[in-house]
Amino acid sequence: MPDPDRTPATHDIGGLSRYRCVPVEHDEAPPDEFGKRVDALRQILAAKRMMTVDELRRGIEAIPPDEYFELTYYERWLRSITALMLEKGVVSAEELKR
Amino acid sequence: MTDTPVPRFAPGTRVTVRDDWPERRGPCHIRTPHYLRGRPGTVQRVLGAFANPEDLAFGRPAPKRVLYHVLFEQPPLFGEGRSGDDVLVEVFEHWLDPASERQAA
Repeated sequence: MPDPDRTPATHDIGGLSRYRCVPVEHDEAPPDEFGKRVDALRQILAAKRMMTVDELRRGIEAIPPDEYFELTYYERWLRSITALMLEKGVVSAEELKR
Repeated sequence: MTDTPVPRFAPGTRVTVRDDWPERRGPCHIRTPHYLRGRPGTVQRVLGAFANPEDLAFGRPAPKRVLYHVLFEQPPLFGEGRSGDDVLVEVFEHWLDPASERQAA
């Protein structure tokens, strides 16, 4: 789509020509240790009502395109969770550096 | 919290998806795929009313919005496929307008 005002967001890839004829990934493997820890973090934060899955998605969708496609699935989650906790003031940038 | 809204569209109603691009205006979270914007379709089923994810994504109060299954012809969307191929998508009511008579014809 040449019109920049009609360019889809990074994650909104349905029907885009560059993904046509690409085999569907059947990634049914269970999460690795890193993925399990990230999911555990998300579940704890949800149980404490500190974030929702919709906020998680918003944070994932806000990742700049060049980084979005470099990160793995759970790396995107962690990136989003981190941004949300910074946004909510739960942690500070200084604390994250430690 | 809020009353369940009454559906505006009955099954069989011709509708048009709003040609709106909030992702171009700033941070947002929307569930309407880009390829449906401005496209005509037919309401197939009322799925119920759900807290609006566009608000939930920012931790805001999220009034319930009616969600529909809307059926679209596939070839105009993707420029491929055969006549009779279609695409069924969940679309929230605030993304839908009644189809104009021209589009319904």
